[in-house]
Parts: sequence; structure tokens; C-alpha cells
Amino acid sequence: MKLKGWKEVNPGAVITEAGSALKFKTGSWRAFRPKWIEENCIQCLFCWIYCPDMAIKVKDGKRAEFDYDYCKGCGICALECPGKKGNKAIVMEEEGK
Amino acid sequence: MGKVVAVTGNEAVAEALRQVNPDVCAAYPITPQTDMMQRFAVFANNGKVKTEMILVESEHSAMSACVGASAAGGRVVTATSSQGLALMWEILFIASGSRLPIVMPVVNRALSAPLNIHGDHSDAMGARDCGWIQLWSENAQEAYDNAIQAFRIAEHMDIRLPVMVCLDGFIISHSIERIEYLDDELVKNFVGEYKQLNPLLDVEHPVSYGPLILPDYYMEFRRAQAEVMTKVADVVLDVAKDFEKISGRKYGLFETYRLDDAEIGLVILNSAAGTSKDVIDEFRSKGIKAGILKPRLYRPFPYKEIGEVLKHLKAVCVLDRADAFGASYGPLFMDIASSIYPYKDKPILINKIYGLGGRDYLPEHAELVLNELVEIAKTGKVKTFKEYIGVRE
Repeated sequence: MKLKGWKEVNPGAVITEAGSALKFKTGSWRAFRPKWIEENCIQCLFCWIYCPDMAIKVKDGKRAEFDYDYCKGCGICALECPGKKGNKAIVMEEEGK
Repeated sequence: MGKVVAVTGNEAVAEALRQVNPDVCAAYPITPQTDMMQRFAVFANNGKVKTEMILVESEHSAMSACVGASAAGGRVVTATSSQGLALMWEILFIASGSRLPIVMPVVNRALSAPLNIHGDHSDAMGARDCGWIQLWSENAQEAYDNAIQAFRIAEHMDIRLPVMVCLDGFIISHSIERIEYLDDELVKNFVGEYKQLNPLLDVEHPVSYGPLILPDYYMEFRRAQAEVMTKVADVVLDVAKDFEKISGRKYGLFETYRLDDAEIGLVILNSAAGTSKDVIDEFRSKGIKAGILKPRLYRPFPYKEIGEVLKHLKAVCVLDRADAFGASYGPLFMDIASSIYPYKDKPILINKIYGLGGRDYLPEHAELVLNELVEIAKTGKVKTFKEYIGVRE
């Protein structure tokens, strides 16, 4: 996308479009990424509740994949995940590995 | 002609605000502004205005409330002085950066420390580069007139910028002067209906104010904001022309007094300009060609226009009622120096700091300065470029 010049920006930096934060992808800050291990998941949805962003998707009442466009890698989901019999369903991995 | 009254500067400006009848006023008392907002609060309490008063717990909150109310779509005012303006500092930038046409009388007062409540320009000078328009006023009449014009300037669709109306603490705010009030109806028609632009309360068209702008765009927004400032002078002159029609009083970007054929001149802001004019008359009667330039639109500073009227002089003294603690010249001096900088033949400039913390500026001070300028014009020699007037050794 071509960046706008100073003559084209909105006066006062007012954003006149609703829901435009969706276009602002914040997942590029991440140093660690959460990995979902589906076989250990008990569908408690704690990760969805605790995620400070909207990086965990729920589909038909069930946990779906991470939305890495908005995941900042904070690791709260991995910390809160009770797992199945002590085996975590979310683990943090170094980004780019 | 409207009603002639004897009122203080604070009373006159409060009256202007009553006539404008803004939607929201956030108020926090600070000397010497207190009396202005108190009078306005009385108008609100007695139903003379429909203004929603927000009585906040600090000036930081006052300006924050103004930003919120203005973004919501209201015509908004507040007023302050000194430390109050200093406490607003970070929100001043948010108001101008968000292009919110807030109007704020600033009753000029010295900054601490040491604590001092008297007239001095340190407060507004500290806020001169925060993106607000600044109009300065010599007396209560000008403060009243500027306050009314400020709304039209701020709310102009080409600009949408906040405006400070500066008037000297105590000397103007608390002295009683003869002034002419305009009729309520005239003022109401002059300022007109407030036109909202991107109001937050328009739920049909949702907007966000104050977004995070990263390095990829911040500079573009600031460049665009600087561009808006270049349009201000024309708007100020247009509004002044319309104001002259209803008041008979003429305003420009600055006032010149006997400057056209002058050889020496003073540049001075606000109330001290009046004192100086009398002394200029005395010098003129002695055959000395002296004149005065009194800036009115101080931000954005009309460098080109001021340079044009000053360039032919031989010697000019810029008098600052605020010091600069970078061991440098006073703020007004630096702007005047910049405005004559482009010219090959230009006057010799000197700088005097006067009247800090409310110390009197007397006719004999102007005399001393003018005599020194006569000497400089004759010899081309300057003893000291920056000096203090009326300070004890």
C-alpha cells in the first residue's frame, strides 16, 4: 500500500472510518509466539477469556487457531492454560524458529 | 455605537463570553483569571447563558474537559493564567493537534519560582509554540474585541485551531476602563451558529480522536498542521474586516503607531504599548522620528509583514515582558530578529527585558530606551544588546 503524503492526511488525525483498528496489524512486535497443541486442549476457553487482544478465534463455540495478526506474544494464554492432565495445550516458542 | 461602560478587563471578557454563549465552559480558578470565570459562572447560574459549566479540579483537567467537549461537537471555552497554563501544557498540544477550536483567554502572569501573581508574559510565551493561535490585547477593549473575534477565527473551516486571547494580569484584568460593549444581537450574529466538524456525538458517522500515529505518519500530520498556520493571517484579517463593520474598530495582524516615516522604533506587546505611545508623541514633538509596532497576532507570527514595516528603521528596541533563561534574548526579540533577518539593509536591534512579575513600566523607561536608540541610530554603536530595565544593581 502506498503511504499518503502530508497533503492527503485527515485534519487533526481524526479517524472517520469505523472499525479501522482491524487494519492496524499489531502482531509484528512479537518475540515469542504461542503454539496450540490441539490434542491437549480441553476447550475450556480460558485462553480466549484471558487474551488481552482478539488473537484467539472461536468458531462454533470451539477454540480455533490463533490470529497471529494481532497476537503480541504476551504469553498470558500459555500461562493460564490448564492443559489436559498437566500437559499444556499452549506453549510459547521463540519467533522465527 | 453600543453601550459605554466602565469595567475591568476580566469583566469585559466575561461579558464577551456571555454574548457568545458557548456550549461548554471548563473552569478552574487561578489569580488573576479567577474573577473572569467567576463572573461567567454567575451568568451560567442565573440562566443568562445556556453554557454547561464543568468545575474541574485542575487546569490539566480543565483543558482535558475542553478537548473532550470540543471533540464531542461543542463550542468550548476556558480561561487561565500562569501556572495554570503551564499545567495545561501537554493538553494544549492535543487540542491543536486534534484541530479543536477551543477559545481561551489567558490573563498573563509571571511563572514561579519565586511565586508571583502579577502581570508578566512568561506564561503565554512558554506556550507560544504549542500550535495555538495567540491574539494579544493592549487594553480591556481589545481583550473584549479579540475574545469575540477569536471564536470566528478558531471555528473558520480552513483553520479549526484553538485560540488564546492574551491580556495583562491586573494591569488590564483588574483595572477599570471605559469600554464599548456591542449589542448582544450583533455579537450573536457575528459569531454565528457553531458548525460542528466530525463530532464524536454524531453516532451516524463514528469517528476516533487522538489515535496512535507511528513514525510512518506522524511527520505528515505535523507538516499538515504547520500548513494550516499559514492560512491563519488571512482569516484573522477577514474576521477583523467584518468586526470593523459592526464595531467601527479596526484590527490588523499588528498595530503601527507613527512608524511609517520613523527612524527609531519600539516593539512592545500589550498594555505597555499604550504607555509607550504617549512617550512617542513627546519625542515626535521634539522632532525625533520615533514609532511603535505592537504585535496582535503573535502566533503564527507574521514575519514577512512585520519585516516589511520595520526594515527601513535605523534602530529598534524590542521590549520583552518575559525573560529567556537559555541566557539568550527575550522571545519577542528573537521573532523580530527573524522577521528582519532576510533584508540586506536592516535596523540595528537591541533587546530590553522589562516589567517582570508586575513591575511598573513607566514613561521614563520608554524615554531612556528611545534616547539610547537615538544614539545608536546616530553612531551605529551598541553598548549592550540585551539589558534589563528598572532592575536594581
